[in-house]
Amino acid sequence: MFETLSDRLTSVFSSLRAKGRLSDADIDATCREIRIALLEADVALPVVRAFVAHVKERARGSEVSQALNPAQQVVKIVNDELVEILGGETRRLRLAKTPPTIIMLAGLQGAGKTTLAGKLARWLREQGHAPMLVAADLQRPNAVQQLAVVGERAEVAVFAPEPGNGVGDPVDVARRSIDHAKRQQHDVVIIDTAGRLGIDQELMRQAADIRDAVQPDEILFVVDAMIGQDAVTTAQAFMEGVGFDGVVLTKLDGDARGGAALSVRHITGKPIMFASTGEKLGDFDAFHPDRMASRILDMGDVLTLIEQA
Amino acid sequence: ARSQNALGKGLLELLSRDRLDDDAWDEIEDTLITADVGVSPARAMVEELRTKVKVLGTRTHEEARGLLREQLLAQVGPDMDRTLHTAPHGERPAVVLVVGVNGTGKTTTTGKLARVLIGDGKKVVLAAADTFRAAAADQLQTWGERVGAEVVRGPEGGDPASVAFDATAKGITDKADVVIVDTAGRLHTKTGLMDELGKVKRVIEKKATVDEVLLVLDATTGQNGMRQAQVFAEAVAVTGIALTKLDGTAKGGIVISVQRELGVPVKLVGLGEGADDLAPFDPEVFVDALLGD
Ligand SMILES: Nc1nc2c(ncn2[C@@H]2O[C@H](COP(=O)(O)OP(=O)(O)OP(=O)(O)O)[C@@H](O)[C@H]2O)c(=O)[nH]1
Ligand SMILES: Nc1nc2c(ncn2[C@@H]2O[C@H](COP(=O)(O)OP(=O)(O)OP(=O)(O)O)[C@@H](O)[C@H]2O)c(=O)[nH]1
Ligand SMILES: [Mg+2]
Ligand SMILES: [Mg+2]
Repeated sequence: MFETLSDRLTSVFSSLRAKGRLSDADIDATCREIRIALLEADVALPVVRAFVAHVKERARGSEVSQALNPAQQVVKIVNDELVEILGGETRRLRLAKTPPTIIMLAGLQGAGKTTLAGKLARWLREQGHAPMLVAADLQRPNAVQQLAVVGERAEVAVFAPEPGNGVGDPVDVARRSIDHAKRQQHDVVIIDTAGRLGIDQELMRQAADIRDAVQPDEILFVVDAMIGQDAVTTAQAFMEGVGFDGVVLTKLDGDARGGAALSVRHITGKPIMFASTGEKLGDFDAFHPDRMASRILDMGDVLTLIEQA
Repeated sequence: ARSQNALGKGLLELLSRDRLDDDAWDEIEDTLITADVGVSPARAMVEELRTKVKVLGTRTHEEARGLLREQLLAQVGPDMDRTLHTAPHGERPAVVLVVGVNGTGKTTTTGKLARVLIGDGKKVVLAAADTFRAAAADQLQTWGERVGAEVVRGPEGGDPASVAFDATAKGITDKADVVIVDTAGRLHTKTGLMDELGKVKRVIEKKATVDEVLLVLDATTGQNGMRQAQVFAEAVAVTGIALTKLDGTAKGGIVISVQRELGVPVKLVGLGEGADDLAPFDPEVFVDALLGD
């Protein structure tokens, strides 16, 4: 449907190739194309602005290397910046000194929280942990059953004392789950919560109450890779409403460019820790900043282009 | 809703300035981009508006505002036929097939739609043709109980097409007015799953006519929504779009391109998780929300 960044930059490059140095106008021309490409990749507008401004600044100040022509230089800067921002201080899951480690999941409706709970549990079990899932979504029709099935597939215990479908108090369930986990000697507790909108004050309050009741070691914000410009508003709302320590990007098995990765990282500063890449419990990976950078900007093509230039 | 207002006001102030300078036009473009309209469509719209403003001369506040709104409305296609075809064919029920990528709100929309139809005095059968996702059939069953519709389900992991077939058969014997088929979420990039969906539709067509194929799009979806719509339309000839989660902060601007390029109208909007949170798509309300009025 739309051109790739490579298509666009090809024309910019061909007009630049003859020149030895990059003028401000050249940088502007390259950055204009990069701006469009980022927007088409669903990076949120305020983030695009800040990012492009930063790239421009670096491009102006940068030494022109022998190997690359100046336009290639700009693209290289963009790639490096993307990888740096997306990567930043990547880190592993923080395990509590005195178990159980408590992990709480939060995010919009349908983002992939319950599925992720199962994936995390399975992954941790395979590493020799004894995780327990907690059914604290008592709202979505049959969310409790869904988690029970997921738990069975992951071969882990599920704490589900309330039937859900509007019955039971999620804060209370979360609170009770910790004692239960200690008694049953589970060393990791993963709390699945109901999906909620950023502007839903009441449900956001409930998420904060769950947090206060269990004091999680990690709160993970689960976000759909297909999300568009709303990524900023939503990430901010969850940051303010409940706070989070890390991000999980889901549904990366599709063809969305996943600009949300850059948006959320840029806005909240929180690391993206995992990638969810399918509906099955094994479809789960660590997050790879370099792959994400190429994905957002179709950088694979661009980097080939640099070699050809 | 508050941020929408702030945005809208900013936009109106811009439009009512004495002179519309480049910054002002950029800001209008930004408003459209922020609503997920897409860069190229946003640019095209701004260009068109600029030309209009030039041709028509200086605008007053009210006129300028009217122009922008009018133009967006034209983009949204206020004259498209948005009726949902749910009238039975003599002895045979109407069939609505609900499709879309994972987690957009298919099952919820199925439940809400059943509620509306039952409220109109119709008899509805629901088909739990998502045999894949954990507890998907249970979820639909709960909706069925909530709104008073019979649910046909099959074995977990079973063939979704045969569930759809059985539900259609039951709809015929029970003299139901409408059968709504809830399908599993699937990414449009998975050809195997898209083929499966095509089979679900063909199998229903052995017994009845599929009157509506509703593609459920999540309003938070960005530019990928276009790809989703293209591929689903190709696979099962989508007849209408249900735009869900419009009760959040996302504006769902991608549906403007989807409607224009595929000619498929948005018919329904989802405004919450409750049984009554479904409404017909209203172009004026949509445009006003997009502009922040
Ligand atoms: N293709 C794909 N589908 C996924 C992925 N993660 C989750 N899903 C699917 O997305 C849908 C929603 O996933 P859930 O885990 O139920 O999402 P949730 O955030 O718990 O949803 P709510 O509890 O309703 O807010 C389901 O159909 C999942 O199978 C993924 O990485 N890739
Ligand atoms: N706020 C809001 N939430 C909605 C709306 N429609 C659906 N949801 C929620 O979104 C989540 C996913 O809805 P489902 O109906 O399960 O989505 P689905 O498309 O059937 O999901 P899969 O079958 O897993 O692909 C649930 O938590 C719903 O309650 C809506 O219009 N507004
Ligand atoms: Mg869930
Ligand atoms: Mg469903």
